[in-house]
Amino acid sequence: MKVLVAVKRVVDFNVKVRVKADKTGVETANVKMSMNPFDEIGVEEAIRLKEAGKASEVIAVSIGIAQAQETIRTALAMGADRGIHVLTDGELQPLAVAKLLKAVVEKEQPKLVILGKQAIDDDCNQTGQMLAALLGWPQGTFVSKIAPDGDSMTVTREVDGGLETVQLRLPAIVTTDLRLNEPRYASLPNIMKAKKKPIEQLTPAALGVDVAPRLATLKVEEPPKRKSGVKVGSVAELVEKLRTEAKVIP
Amino acid sequence: MSILVLAEHDNASIKPATLNAVAAARKIGGPVEVLVAGHACTGAAEAAAKVVGVAKVLIADAPEYAHALPENLAPLLVDLARSRSHVLAAATTNGKNVMPRVAALLDVAQISEIVEVTSPDTFIRPIYAGNALATVQSKDPIKIITVRMTGFDPAPATGGSAPIEKVAGKGDVGLSQFKGQELSKNERPELTSARIVISGGRGMQSGDNFKLLESVADKLGAAVGASRAAVDAGFVPNDYQVGQTGKIVAPDLYLAVGISGAIQHLAGMKDSKVIVAINKDEEAPIFQVADYGLVADLFKAMPELDAELAKGRRP
Repeated sequence: MKVLVAVKRVVDFNVKVRVKADKTGVETANVKMSMNPFDEIGVEEAIRLKEAGKASEVIAVSIGIAQAQETIRTALAMGADRGIHVLTDGELQPLAVAKLLKAVVEKEQPKLVILGKQAIDDDCNQTGQMLAALLGWPQGTFVSKIAPDGDSMTVTREVDGGLETVQLRLPAIVTTDLRLNEPRYASLPNIMKAKKKPIEQLTPAALGVDVAPRLATLKVEEPPKRKSGVKVGSVAELVEKLRTEAKVIP
Repeated sequence: MSILVLAEHDNASIKPATLNAVAAARKIGGPVEVLVAGHACTGAAEAAAKVVGVAKVLIADAPEYAHALPENLAPLLVDLARSRSHVLAAATTNGKNVMPRVAALLDVAQISEIVEVTSPDTFIRPIYAGNALATVQSKDPIKIITVRMTGFDPAPATGGSAPIEKVAGKGDVGLSQFKGQELSKNERPELTSARIVISGGRGMQSGDNFKLLESVADKLGAAVGASRAAVDAGFVPNDYQVGQTGKIVAPDLYLAVGISGAIQHLAGMKDSKVIVAINKDEEAPIFQVADYGLVADLFKAMPELDAELAKGRRP
């Protein structure tokens, strides 16, 4: 079973993002970039499937500017076999990404595509579901466990009230939730080896996909700041203030 | 043209999240219709008909909708969406699962987790874990939207009397099969709709120590939550998680106990009306968003709080 994993280059989760003064977006120049953490979980899961003898090949795909190749190299260093980079410039929205991934899937014919449930920059949580729709495949979203079994796969999903188990016919789309696994660190020898692994480069034009955005971002602003509060000296004072000042408890 | 809201329900009744989605739909303007897709879901449809501001309830009662499988639900929503201007769902795990599938089938964008309606085609949504707010305008003919519950005060659950109209099911597409669920047993209010939430962090040290929070929660009628650190440490199940990667809450009162206040956690609770932080580390970032901060050892402070609340209101 061939497994495709989608990886996105995003502002590192430890960076405190700053809104640009002209309100067109957030500052990304000279900011540390990393692989989207949910995608890292996806790469790890694909590699584990291969190590368990359930996947034959793991292909990491990234879509974006030239530096997206660094993100693919990270996936290769973790253990993916080869990479595909769809080179784009300008803003890409989830529908366009799903269409590009669909074109890659049609070319590569994987049995399973794993994506992070959401990217930590736009927080959209759409691409996996959209890709499943465009391909007419089943989707297992927000997944904390996967068990492939012949022509189908059982997935455990993290839902609002607890867990849900669904059986998906293969080929299928899976999006990862946090508890699926803990991604490994790439070892130095593997980082060196990854440099020799092939990355194929494609373009939206070559794949025949229109990537024009459907949503116009009119402005990006900082959220209103909370005014700073007070320190209380004791539990009794706290309860008193919650009762008489904030009036939130009886 | 009308606006369709996908109801969040358990077949017998509707979930509070539906009320927030209806409220968002009313802000957009135009007649609001609610779709209850489920199996043996007359109870939920009747409940939806009572929600103030709902013009019509559509009920699709068929076995293929029993578990809200997106593969089966999306074709139904796509059909209904074609003659409507907007389709909304609350940003619950169900809404987030099915709506992008609907959007892609219609070849339109989805606008995720809106917190404000600026105009019928312009919305505000948080990005970067709530560290920025984007105002976005949709150029698509049909707007597919998920609604962050905390952005909209719920529509009144009773007072309306909308007609209920049947919609035929579209059958099982046979791509997926529901196998089972393990829902957490919880006598307390749901996290996302509770008026008071008490959450514990890594400082709780063990799952057993959450009893300290539960006792206080029961006195206040509060829900119990946790930070991702506490979930990752295995103290409590994942559905307790409050934060960007868990549930987004905005209660009247949020008590953060032994929580340092990682950006990730703040993203899930910083819209709460009043925030209280109890932490022994006075440098903890949680104090920067807290209205009332108490620098104290939680193992001493929580029993005290419990005792203080047990005393009841002083004369």
